Amino acid sequence: MMINKSIKTSGGDTACYILELQKISKSFGLVEANKNIDLQIEAGTIHGIIGENGAGKSTLMNILYGLHRANSGEMLVNGARVKIKSSADALSLGIGMVHQHFMLIPRFTVLENVMLGSEGGALLSKGRISTANKLKELGQTFDMEVDPYVLVSDLNVGMRQRVEILKALKGGAKILILDEPTGVLTPQEATQLFEILDKLRENGVTVLLITHKLAEIMAITDNVSIMRGGEMVGHRKTSDTNPQELAELMVGRKVLLNVEKPKAKPKEIALNVRNLGCYSSRGHKVLDNLTFQVKSGEILGVAGVSGNGQTPLMEILAGMRKPDEGYFEILGKKIDHETKVSPFTMRENAIGHIPEDRHKHGLILGFEAYENMVLGFHNTEMTGEKKLLDKNHMLKHTADRMDEYDIRPRNPKLLASSFSGGNQQKIVVARELYKNPKLLIVGEPTRGVDVGAIEFIHKQLIQLRDQGCAIILISVELDEIMGLSDRILVMNKGQEVSTVNGDDANPKDLGLMMAGISEEASN
Amino acid sequence: MIDFFYQTLWALDATLRVATPLMLCAMAGIFSERSGIVDISLEGKLLSGAFVAATIASLTGSVWLGLIGAISASVLMSLLHGFACITHRGDQVVSGVAINFLASGLTVILGIAIFKRGGQTPTLSSGERFRPIELWFVDALDNVPVIGAIYRELISGHSLLVYVALLCVPIASFILYKSRFGLRLRAVGESPIAVDSAGVSVTWLRYRALIVGGVFCGIAGAYLSISHGANFVREMSAGKGYIALAAVIFGNWRPIRAFWACLMFGFLDAITSRLQDIDLPLIGEVPAQLMSALPYIMTIILLSGFIGRPSPPSAIGVPYKK
Amino acid sequence: MKPLPRWADLILLPFINLCTAFFVCGIVVYIIGENPWEALLVMLKGAFIYPGSLGYTLYYTTNFIFTGLAVATAFHAKLFNIGGEGQAYVGSLGILLATALFAPFLPAVFVVLLCIICSAMVGAAWAFIPGYLQAKRGSHVVITTIMFNFLASSLMVYLLAGPLIQLGQQSPQSDLIPESAQLASFETFLGLFGVDIASSPLNLSFVLALLALFVFWVLIWKTRLGYEIRAVGKNQDAANYAGINVPKIIIITMTISGAFAGLLAVNEVMGVQHRAILNFTAGYGFTGIAVALMGRNHPVGIFFASLLFGALFQGGAELDFEFQSITRDMVLLIQGMIILFSGALAYMFNPALSKVFSRITKNGANDD
Repeated sequence: MMINKSIKTSGGDTACYILELQKISKSFGLVEANKNIDLQIEAGTIHGIIGENGAGKSTLMNILYGLHRANSGEMLVNGARVKIKSSADALSLGIGMVHQHFMLIPRFTVLENVMLGSEGGALLSKGRISTANKLKELGQTFDMEVDPYVLVSDLNVGMRQRVEILKALKGGAKILILDEPTGVLTPQEATQLFEILDKLRENGVTVLLITHKLAEIMAITDNVSIMRGGEMVGHRKTSDTNPQELAELMVGRKVLLNVEKPKAKPKEIALNVRNLGCYSSRGHKVLDNLTFQVKSGEILGVAGVSGNGQTPLMEILAGMRKPDEGYFEILGKKIDHETKVSPFTMRENAIGHIPEDRHKHGLILGFEAYENMVLGFHNTEMTGEKKLLDKNHMLKHTADRMDEYDIRPRNPKLLASSFSGGNQQKIVVARELYKNPKLLIVGEPTRGVDVGAIEFIHKQLIQLRDQGCAIILISVELDEIMGLSDRILVMNKGQEVSTVNGDDANPKDLGLMMAGISEEASN
Repeated sequence: MIDFFYQTLWALDATLRVATPLMLCAMAGIFSERSGIVDISLEGKLLSGAFVAATIASLTGSVWLGLIGAISASVLMSLLHGFACITHRGDQVVSGVAINFLASGLTVILGIAIFKRGGQTPTLSSGERFRPIELWFVDALDNVPVIGAIYRELISGHSLLVYVALLCVPIASFILYKSRFGLRLRAVGESPIAVDSAGVSVTWLRYRALIVGGVFCGIAGAYLSISHGANFVREMSAGKGYIALAAVIFGNWRPIRAFWACLMFGFLDAITSRLQDIDLPLIGEVPAQLMSALPYIMTIILLSGFIGRPSPPSAIGVPYKK
Repeated sequence: MKPLPRWADLILLPFINLCTAFFVCGIVVYIIGENPWEALLVMLKGAFIYPGSLGYTLYYTTNFIFTGLAVATAFHAKLFNIGGEGQAYVGSLGILLATALFAPFLPAVFVVLLCIICSAMVGAAWAFIPGYLQAKRGSHVVITTIMFNFLASSLMVYLLAGPLIQLGQQSPQSDLIPESAQLASFETFLGLFGVDIASSPLNLSFVLALLALFVFWVLIWKTRLGYEIRAVGKNQDAANYAGINVPKIIIITMTISGAFAGLLAVNEVMGVQHRAILNFTAGYGFTGIAVALMGRNHPVGIFFASLLFGALFQGGAELDFEFQSITRDMVLLIQGMIILFSGALAYMFNPALSKVFSRITKNGANDD
């Protein structure tokens, strides 16, 4: 029985932890997302929680914030045991959270979003003024001012994150949880965020920073806890550790932080993009005068913060969307606004497409593996020569691919949803690579994929490149881009900022380019 | 000229009477759909309310008990819808269709069981209904030209429930836009998870939205059988629940606009019978069926996006799972 | 919570839902003062035992197969076609048109064939527009098909009471269709082979219904079009990525759906009434929703669900006949309950069942 427990910290002080988790466990069906998690957070610190995708970090935070309920274990706030059954409970305990996917309502104004849940009375008129004042006050204290009367849909990502933070602070949060906050920010915006976090720490707010980026942990945190496979595998004082040690703890074995690859031998131009432009449904220009080439036998990495035109670019190249301006030539075939294209014709022309969101585009989770293995090729002989679908043919084809790519479990009739992220991705890769494409468009190939599968997929891509395929790789993970690419094109706001050679690239320069800065100073 | 004036007055007068159940059901539909729940079952709630109102008024002789009964029945149906859609995350359209069937069946079965008249309830006497009310100053204003006539024919002389319905529109608007409940309700229809993470219960909010809707439909049902009419007959809702739904879409899920849509549909209905024997220039005799089909045709045209694009709440129709 | 074994998911759970629906209805029967068991018995006898009853039951079943297939086809593309009622109604116009154009010149076989095709085509056309509006303009197909039901109703009233009315008649109905277009009843048909069965409206369109079930099965699971329809239903984004023309599939699916519904007119107009009468669709379109839900959009399930509802309708008529206080509206109630428990509350018993199963398998494992 542990009630008011005071524990000696590594610094020798006897202090009550502001937050403590004891043996927290949580399962979703058969999946154990959190196993016996112990965690101790010192007040007034920035505490990092690091782990790979799927390690269980978000689940743990959602339990802390009341969005999920732990199956077993205890939570203590300031030494007192608490039960957090809903977000309301968490908020009343002073716990606030900024989620990975923002919890804002685009159609409402900033003010309305911040008021939601703490309106200050049954009628809104009272709360409006007091909330607006509080927002102003907080904005000035922490240097993040926002216009309360603007619609959230009109704000950019960085500003929306500010609103989320302000909302948590307005609710009186003394513990602020940030779940992967920099995924959608440029490196410079991330730096600004960290300055805000510093200010928060100065003002006595405790920060829990959830991330999978080693650099962030080293840059800003006081302490770090490492999660792997649903378990807490280590706690360190940040100043006492280093990226290598953290990476090994994250992965469980020695990690090569860089992929080894032979030198590329590029040949003729396979993809020629000229002055490509396109508009969003709202009329914003999302691709602006884009011009570049990709040669057979090379990998062109497209770097940039998510949302700067990469998705429209991929969709246009894959035939899912028409360009509004400009044109591109694939293997000799010219495609512009007038051309009738579809992903089907693109595939007929030996173009493969591994989409960035396999759940949304790459797979039909409700279909079985063998039906997914022919997705996009269902009108070809991959489904048999006869007039009707040849099920046996498809089953055999799938079984062969599963052997080739070591996809587990080896059951072609299993629903796609039953496979792990890595194996699902392998199904997509197996499918798109089967016809030996001459051009491969790849987006976020290793998102949500375990390390073993990551290595496998990276090897496949290099192998394909060496067989003469032209590959255009789009990824928000700079490490992946730098590890795989022969040349790197950096995009910002739909435009090309710069193109560099893979060997010459370094993260700092790339980061500046991702923010749109090539030579000039930032504002 | 004077004849045309009076014809217009009578048409507008009839419009109000036809539009009353429509606007109440439309407010119900708005509350439910703005909270994210598709509500095809306005028709079933309307019918149930009508039946219970007539039954109780007949058995007890009290209109007020009848009204309360109607509201209770309608709220009960709403809770059933909520149970299926919110608690069990069932398909909302299917649940709505089921409730409509249940209402159609139960109202007649119970009606026969109680009254043995083949599904009808006994005709109510004048005291057992909501009678038209003469507003104050009606006699005094009689001598004032134009305004006096308008006051007597159009504004005064409606039953209490019509005035209640007219009040419900601004009340609904006020609740939706100026109250805490309304803010949260609109939020939950756009993004339930945002509401959940703000510490507000999505489930309770949606149930409340449905209950409010049930109250409105109940009043509408009572109006049909113990105010406008004098008893309940099978299927007496006659598709009004669906027209109300059309009005909600027409009004882009906003109370005041939906209200105007209801008036427009009511007007079309009111002039249908008048136009039947009139030869319009060029068209000739207008088939009554065409007039009665007009609200549906107009809704289809609206939905095709030819007159503006309807913008429903973003999270509508999707059950909330943590 | 472990997922249920497949047989439990496909058969046991629907069965439990069905029993619950009947149980609740039984309570209602009890409340109005009748014996639920007696009522159930009367229904069963009325549906299957009494002379001619099986024929009647199968006649209703025919209608439900058509409307059930209509709803199920659309469901596979995740579209909710509530317009079966209207699509079936206007299908009759196709038949009237075909008889007017072809009956004078062609032999019966061709007339019948052309009538079938035309009724399907008109039903398809009535569903095509909502399908087109959904695909190209984003108009919700649920609302538009409801509207089109009302439109069909208004249109048919106008036509049957006006231009198409049988001369000399007061009630709205069309002329008798020529003999060449009339489908033989089963009684007549089997009589040709010397087999004697009781009189009923069951006619050769039942065979058409069975054929339709087979065509549906082949279409959805064995053709590439069916693959595309199912893909669109399960994940529109992925279908788009795969090069499937999603708007085209939506339109095609709704059209096929309407065609199935339109075939109902073959049964009613060509097989039974031999003319178009007011409201011959009588709610069959809506029952199709219950059939598709219960039958899980699968041909075998749809057949049995149609049979169930056929028995319900016929048994309901018997109920009406034998019990003073129960009318055919009881069928509406049962239908609503089935839609509720098999549709909206389909997984209500899932957690409880899961617990039972995991306990059984745990005990089984412990015995080793």
